Amino acid sequence: MGRTLTEKVLGRNAGREVRAGDVVSVSPDFILSHDNSAAIIQEFRKLGVKKVKAPAKIVIVLDHIVPAADEKYAQNHKTIREFVAEQGIPNFFDINAGICHQVLPEQGFAVPGAVIVGSDSHTPSYGALGAFATGIGRTETACAWATGEIWLRVPETMRIDLSGRLGPGVSAKDLSLKLIGDHGAEMANYRAVEFAGPAAGDLSVGARLTLANMSAEMGAKNGYFAPDDKALKWLVGRARGPFEALASDPDARYDSVIACDLGALEPQVALPHSVDNVKPVTAVAGKPVDQVLIGTCTNGRLEDLEAAAAILKGRRVHKSVRVLVLPASWEVYREALRSGALAALVDAGCVILNSGCGPCLGAHEGLLAAGEVCLSTSNRNFRGRMGHRDSEIYLASPATAAASAVFGRITDPRGFS
Amino acid sequence: MSHGIVWKYGDNVNTDVIFPGRYTYQMMAPDEMAKHALEDLDPGFAAKVKPGDVIVAGKNFGSGSSREQAATCLKAAGVQAVVAKSFARIYFRNAINVGLPVLQSEEAAAQLETGDHVDIDLVRGEIRSARGTFHFSPLPESVLGIIAAGGLIEYTKSKLTVDEAEEKKE
Repeated sequence: MGRTLTEKVLGRNAGREVRAGDVVSVSPDFILSHDNSAAIIQEFRKLGVKKVKAPAKIVIVLDHIVPAADEKYAQNHKTIREFVAEQGIPNFFDINAGICHQVLPEQGFAVPGAVIVGSDSHTPSYGALGAFATGIGRTETACAWATGEIWLRVPETMRIDLSGRLGPGVSAKDLSLKLIGDHGAEMANYRAVEFAGPAAGDLSVGARLTLANMSAEMGAKNGYFAPDDKALKWLVGRARGPFEALASDPDARYDSVIACDLGALEPQVALPHSVDNVKPVTAVAGKPVDQVLIGTCTNGRLEDLEAAAAILKGRRVHKSVRVLVLPASWEVYREALRSGALAALVDAGCVILNSGCGPCLGAHEGLLAAGEVCLSTSNRNFRGRMGHRDSEIYLASPATAAASAVFGRITDPRGFS
Repeated sequence: MSHGIVWKYGDNVNTDVIFPGRYTYQMMAPDEMAKHALEDLDPGFAAKVKPGDVIVAGKNFGSGSSREQAATCLKAAGVQAVVAKSFARIYFRNAINVGLPVLQSEEAAAQLETGDHVDIDLVRGEIRSARGTFHFSPLPESVLGIIAAGGLIEYTKSKLTVDEAEEKKE
């Protein structure tokens, strides 16, 4: 019986053969945290150790509330900067890097075969490049800083076999919403999700990042693609060190397999207040929106901004709607400046935000008032997430968001392509 | 064995309604967090919850963000345990790590209702109520050790001290 990518990656790290169901102690290659590092530092101090076990394995990216929105956030950032200096943590990214889930791949931390834990639920994103990556809490992050280790249960794996080709105006985001809508928000709870099948290789690295990111909304422990030539090519000039491209054996054990024909897929929208409340865009078209958010760690890469710019170029956003654009990183921001995508979006009347998490988690920069409706390309539409508890969030792709911005109503983007 | 009164909720109770994102970087003290527990799901909860009370919910309790305050705020509010049909995986880890027992029981989650009186025995894996006695798989010994220590910090601290002492012996 062969092994899955997850079994291989965790086994390699643990130094023994492991199978789904085993509990293993691993030494993560990287331990990610962000603005919540201030709270983690508070827990770390309680442990009574002076030094972190391995400073070079800690990666801290300031992204959640950047630049600081008030004094408390400013103090958090200051506490973190002082701790980074005190402990000699080399991998620190201040407010001018971007969202951690884009920064870690761009900066070459996310490589095939790596074990990465992060005190953020969307850490599974790095599976797009064949890493094992999973979200953990603050307290266990503090303990991992001190000990260099963490326990994990090796998850069973669900495989999603992709075939066919995405039609115009349809993207990886639509695929993730369709899967979650059909199978529920806990479809992969405690498990790994492997995106495979003949169409997996057709998807860009950006699309893979979107799907691995959204695997968190399936409840998955980790979500991944086998590293192929496309992934390896993307890593050239980025990877920080040597790595081993591990993939599942042909006779690996999967506890379920879902087949999905990309050719049959339509644009999808998740309605308030859960990510699995999904309908085709045609069923909700016409719904007025007050705000559109294009970007975030889910859909803020160059190809996402260009998909939105292709629709908005030469048009104006509707006067009844505010459109916010949130590039996933400053690298993306610079690329989108050069490609002309940002100019097209600004000319259309969009507001470009600095790269960071911004309004997605309801901390600052464009929150919602009672009764307001936002169409967002982010990953969560829980009640109150982006502001008032009586506001509403609809989730969709960048193309659907841009088309909706033109009319101020939820709009099928296929009419534009 | 520990007594408490039930607060019942539905499926997919997510971390944003347990502890809203607008407070996540504003508060560091657990008793301050407790005042906002379940604010966007049941605004009356935080003022009325009593020490020892038990939350009973459906599928996928704690889904969403990794924010640990969603476990800390309930613990600080005096909640003795959360009983659910299933838990989101990070929430499950976080709850144990802050010393909040999370108990998986389909039957108890289906049958218990708000206001029920229950007695919970963590070691035997039993929830007793007027509606019957429900069983759950007792948490593994190592996990009970974390809960008994008062959370992962205290547990790790004692482990680090032991390691250090052994290193000195060598």
